[in-house]
Amino acid sequence: MNDRYDEFSSGSVPYGQMFPDMYGEDAGGEAEQGYENKPRILLMGMRRSGKSSIQKVVFQKMSPNETLFLESTTKIVKSEIASSSLISYSIWDLPGQVGYESNPAFDNEGLFAQTGALIFVIDAQDNYREAIAKLHTTVLRAYEINPEICFEVFIHKVDGLSDDAKTVRQQDIVEHVLANIADAELEDQIQISFYLTSIYDHSIFEAFSKVIQKLIPQLPTLEQLLDILISNCCIEKAFLFDVVPKIYIADDSSPVDMQTYELCSDMIDVVIDVGCIYGMGENDDTGLGYDAESASVMHLNNGMVLYMKEVTRYLALVALLREDKYEKHGLIDYNVEAFKNAVAKVFEPRQ
Amino acid sequence: MKSKVLLMGKSSAGKTSMRSIIFANYIARDTMRLGATIDVEHSHVRFLGNLVLNLWDCGGQASFMENYFTSQREHIFKNVEVLIYVFDVQSDTKSDDIAEYTSCLEAIREFSPDAKVFCLVHKMDLIPVDQRDAVFAERSEELQVLSEGLSIACHPTSIWDETLYRAWSAIVYSLIPNISVLEAHLENFCEMCEADEVVLFERATFLVISHATRKTHHDEHRFEKISNSLKSYKLCCSKSMTQFDSIEIRNSKFAAFLDKFTSNTCIMVIMSDPTVSPTAMDINIQVAKSHFEAYVSIRK
Ligand SMILES: Nc1nc2c(ncn2[C@@H]2O[C@H](COP(=O)(O)OP(=O)(O)OP(=O)(O)O)[C@@H](O)[C@H]2O)c(=O)[nH]1
Ligand SMILES: Nc1nc2c(ncn2[C@@H]2O[C@H](COP(=O)(O)OP(=O)(O)OP(=O)(O)O)[C@@H](O)[C@H]2O)c(=O)[nH]1
Ligand SMILES: [Mg+2]
Ligand SMILES: [Mg+2]
Repeated sequence: MNDRYDEFSSGSVPYGQMFPDMYGEDAGGEAEQGYENKPRILLMGMRRSGKSSIQKVVFQKMSPNETLFLESTTKIVKSEIASSSLISYSIWDLPGQVGYESNPAFDNEGLFAQTGALIFVIDAQDNYREAIAKLHTTVLRAYEINPEICFEVFIHKVDGLSDDAKTVRQQDIVEHVLANIADAELEDQIQISFYLTSIYDHSIFEAFSKVIQKLIPQLPTLEQLLDILISNCCIEKAFLFDVVPKIYIADDSSPVDMQTYELCSDMIDVVIDVGCIYGMGENDDTGLGYDAESASVMHLNNGMVLYMKEVTRYLALVALLREDKYEKHGLIDYNVEAFKNAVAKVFEPRQ
Repeated sequence: MKSKVLLMGKSSAGKTSMRSIIFANYIARDTMRLGATIDVEHSHVRFLGNLVLNLWDCGGQASFMENYFTSQREHIFKNVEVLIYVFDVQSDTKSDDIAEYTSCLEAIREFSPDAKVFCLVHKMDLIPVDQRDAVFAERSEELQVLSEGLSIACHPTSIWDETLYRAWSAIVYSLIPNISVLEAHLENFCEMCEADEVVLFERATFLVISHATRKTHHDEHRFEKISNSLKSYKLCCSKSMTQFDSIEIRNSKFAAFLDKFTSNTCIMVIMSDPTVSPTAMDINIQVAKSHFEAYVSIRK
């Protein structure tokens, strides 16, 4: 399988060297080489909570069962996700249980200053008291340094829990975390979002989609464009997907139902699987068989049609519409072309 | 037409897991909940219309195994068309596994000497990727030696990837009568459409029944990859209480059309010409469909 992302293994810092100044000279150099302006997403949490697994499953297409063999992370692993020209970010997978926030010698400034989102992963199958305490100190420290950070809590590994247990744990965790923030009298300043996740289903992709969306300044414009498109073409639901990590970066403003989302998101898997086999040219630099002509149509037996079309290099429009609306597909193709052009304008580099 | 298929191997080798994934729409993770099979579980799987696979999933705990070789010997081993023997590649009781396998072959030779034998070296996902080829080569050589006088086919398998589909496609392929007639027709169809490749899938399992290829392709594992991908998507659709009827995928280098074909099959046509219209392809497929119905539904 081809790598579907660019990894910066050279950016890894050996664990032993992380203290006292992990982001000394070298880190400054890196920023100039391209980490600048790219939102950074940190994966933090206790050891074995599932951070590396999430990174591998979402961004490297690792099959979830293979994560059983992952070794504990001993140094920060940075990967740069450069999907389309503007939607790029770097994911930093941190080793668990490091006393970043409390160790005065540690360069928290360097870590948090450029961070767009901090994802704190809590293993819901484990005892999570310590994790909650840890989350609290981490959030306070990060907020102090960079009040712009989005705080995201993944209540993770919920695949092993019954629906009741999921709800109970979620309530318990949310309550404790928010109570701690309230005790610190920061409830008006710090927003924290919570997600139930598992690498064994779509939930991790959905959660990551939401996290990424907050980091895309063009989101409202994209949503507007999608709204115009769906009303012009009588589409039921439309998503703009990044096909590389299979994350949706925008959808129209109608509510998302999980089943439609799964149909659309898994459609991309089929298109890429088949494209990788039959659609690879000699100089396919994406390694995906995904190019400007990539398109797909699937007719379902419930009177619906799934429609997919390339939008920009790594972005795809995926839409669900009624069979009778698809009959006028010339009109749809035309509108999608207009949508493509509009999206390209949105992402045009500003002078 | 019923074909008796024996599934054997020691307990927790993965027999029930694989049959549940291929025939009962389980996903790999669901198999973790399976309990040990008690005695023999029979299931009848209709395949391609009239071919019925009569699967005997034989619980592999020692006490059951012993019965199969003694009191139930004839009952179990007579009229077998295919024996599938599953080996856990990481088994810690290798010599016992081999002893049981040899006993099994002995009984097969006695009661069903014409049976085809498939040995699946299973749970390959537990072996590091770079060692898989070597481990499998070594195992299959061992098995060939042990199976002297019988022609056996060995496959490396895992429920976590497409290898399962390759092995099971080979197994069902060996059971389809008149396959050569079917293949000749598929060749013709491929010529007629000027397609690079045409692949015929069984519709419930997405196992590959046959294919015709006019343009060589570098990836010999492509069919099972597509089986796996389509089957996963089928399961995704089931969650929304729907199914796909047809799929069209293209980019600047190719166009692929998947459509319902005869009542039990789907066909996939691959064209190098990405501009071919879905309507034209639909007409080709409809014409061929009626022609094929007679060959694909098996009569005896
Ligand atoms: N059941 C279940 N297990 C998971 C999930 N995500 C990760 N795991 C398992 O959790 C274990 C630890 O995963 P890692 O990703 O190595 O954890 P980590 O947070 O990176 O750990 P450190 O690197 O030590 O900080 C592995 O055995 C994974 O298979 C999940 O969603 N569900
Ligand atoms: N890693 C891995 N585990 C597998 C694979 N196939 C099956 N398993 C696991 O092996 C365990 C036992 O599988 P079963 O299918 O119940 O085994 P069985 O051969 O039917 O066992 P008996 O019914 O006792 O004879 C289950 O937990 C499966 O999830 C595989 O390819 N890889
Ligand atoms: Mg890790
Ligand atoms: Mg069993």
